[in-house]
Amino acid sequence: MTAVASRAARPPARRRRDRGVDPIPAWQWVVGVLVAVYLVLPALIVIPMSFDGGLTFQFPPTKPSFIQYVRFFTDPVWLGSLGNSFLVAALASLLATTVGTAAAIGLHQLTGRLARFVRTLLMISIVTPAIVIAVAVYISFLQWHLVGTLLGYVVAHAAIGVPFVLVSVTSALGGFDPRLLRASASLGASPWRTFLRVTAPLIARGIVTGAIFAFVTSFDEVVIALFLRSPLFQTMPVQMYNSVTAEIDPTISASATLVVVSVTLVILIPQLARLRRRRPEEAR
Amino acid sequence: MTDTTARTAPAGTPESEAGQPAERRGTQIRLSAVTKDFGLAAPAVDEVSLTIEPGEFMTLLGPSGSGKTTTLNLIAGFETLTSGTIEIDGHDIGRLPPHKRELGMLFQNYALFPHLTVAQNVAYPLRERRVPKAEIAARVAEVLELVQLTGRDHNHPTQLSGGQQQRVALARAIVFHPKALLLDEPLSALDRNLRGALQSEIRRIHREVGSTFVFVTHDQEEAMNLSDRIALFNQGRIEQLGSPEQLYDAPDTLFAARFLGDSNVFELEGGVTGDTTRWEDRAWRVDAATVSRRSGVAERAAVVVRPENLGLVADEKDVPSGANWVRARVRDQEFMGSYRTLQLALGGQERPGRARVSTSDASFAVGDPVVAWWRPERQRIVAA
Repeated sequence: MTAVASRAARPPARRRRDRGVDPIPAWQWVVGVLVAVYLVLPALIVIPMSFDGGLTFQFPPTKPSFIQYVRFFTDPVWLGSLGNSFLVAALASLLATTVGTAAAIGLHQLTGRLARFVRTLLMISIVTPAIVIAVAVYISFLQWHLVGTLLGYVVAHAAIGVPFVLVSVTSALGGFDPRLLRASASLGASPWRTFLRVTAPLIARGIVTGAIFAFVTSFDEVVIALFLRSPLFQTMPVQMYNSVTAEIDPTISASATLVVVSVTLVILIPQLARLRRRRPEEAR
Repeated sequence: MTDTTARTAPAGTPESEAGQPAERRGTQIRLSAVTKDFGLAAPAVDEVSLTIEPGEFMTLLGPSGSGKTTTLNLIAGFETLTSGTIEIDGHDIGRLPPHKRELGMLFQNYALFPHLTVAQNVAYPLRERRVPKAEIAARVAEVLELVQLTGRDHNHPTQLSGGQQQRVALARAIVFHPKALLLDEPLSALDRNLRGALQSEIRRIHREVGSTFVFVTHDQEEAMNLSDRIALFNQGRIEQLGSPEQLYDAPDTLFAARFLGDSNVFELEGGVTGDTTRWEDRAWRVDAATVSRRSGVAERAAVVVRPENLGLVADEKDVPSGANWVRARVRDQEFMGSYRTLQLALGGQERPGRARVSTSDASFAVGDPVVAWWRPERQRIVAA
């Protein structure tokens, strides 16, 4: 009798452990949904608005139309700024990822006060108000003639992207066994080869995550970009700002939608790729 | 105790396995006054000089903190020398980075690359050396057969047991024909049965590969089982160097006697100079051949008797003539399977000791007074 009882009791217990968490109480669901709605709400207004055919902002849309998108994709100013944003974000992300990964690996091997100090220094741009960074960047870039140049945008955006890479690579290194470095050296691999063949593949998730955050940070950065803008080179957030302040141009709703969608895609794609990679292993 | 008779033959002895003479293609590793000072109270390795002969299985044995692992890391290049030189076949390698030393290494935690398959792990050192693809495949297959892991090529390390993982690590460490193989406590993470199996595996591979092995362990049984010679480390220095038999049968110091095997230890007031010595109220004969030549023996010595050399009788009248003896009391007994160990309280000081008796011998019970005796030629006088 006891055997039957224990057998009946076991399956649900195991199922709960498999999920790894206790059941979520109802009030947490409510709070969670409210927060999610609050965060998604702007997108829920902007995206429908972009499909309105009017000459001013309309919500809810009255005349469904793709005219905002046609305007966006036929206007060289909008298209150019979109291209600029992609270019700056890609290069800034590349630079930030390189610097941030190198810093994370270097700091991982250091301990003590100096390492903590350098880590704080590298993280400081996260807590510094954007306007302070922007003014500092503007003043120094004026002297170095970097205002309005591609290089200026890339360097400035890379600087604010480094902390994200540093954090994500550092956390990936937490699960990395440093003894593998010795093993690799004993097998004849130089430190650089060891980084390429052992360290990088094992912390790839951290590097990719950091690169995405650096990309997105640069892509929607507006304060520094405003200071650095020139008639010849503007990023899309700046163009959007112009379009609202100088004229009431509903094209911004289409561009905003594009920003939301592309940023969402950039973040979702690696997650989807990871899901697909995990599936064959589970099947095994 | 695992058996200590099935040891590999000492270096240089011609040996044949199934009619194939083992080829000695190892290299000589020579340490001269090697010192590593981490800036602590005492140097971790203190002027160690040691010559490891080609094809030799050398074990660095010692308690933790004795400098054996630091010495291995100095050979591997993971630590920098404070002073001294390390030569491989006469070439100074003290300044070479680890990846240019051509030394294979086995780690306690296996250190397999988790993102690579078994075959990719083993191929790693060959790919670093730009060996052609076809040759890589052939050599990987060959070495996996040597460690008896054929067919696991496409598994990931996490899908293997600990013993299998260490075999992969072994295959990876020898596939590129390193000048020598360094083994850093490779068996201590394994359970007892597997450890025994891998010990004979390592012995066989040492025989078949014929290269120089430097093995670090704190396990004296492992050291005695595997080694041609043992360098016993204590406080950053080599306490004694010799074959397992020499270290077990003729320890020079009390530390060596206590570290390898069990001992009955009688610490003397002073040194041993003449042909008799005194311990408590007993006068014992000294066989000159059993006195260690270590200079410290003259100042402060101890008499050491292995448990298997200790005989027990009920009365001192039964002690054979010429034997040394001491009164004792049976404190406890342990059944060890093939024999029993009697724990003794020796002499008036009730020093802890042990004797080995046959399982059928029931002459003595716990609490009984006994007389423990031994032949003077079976004792050892060591520096204390």
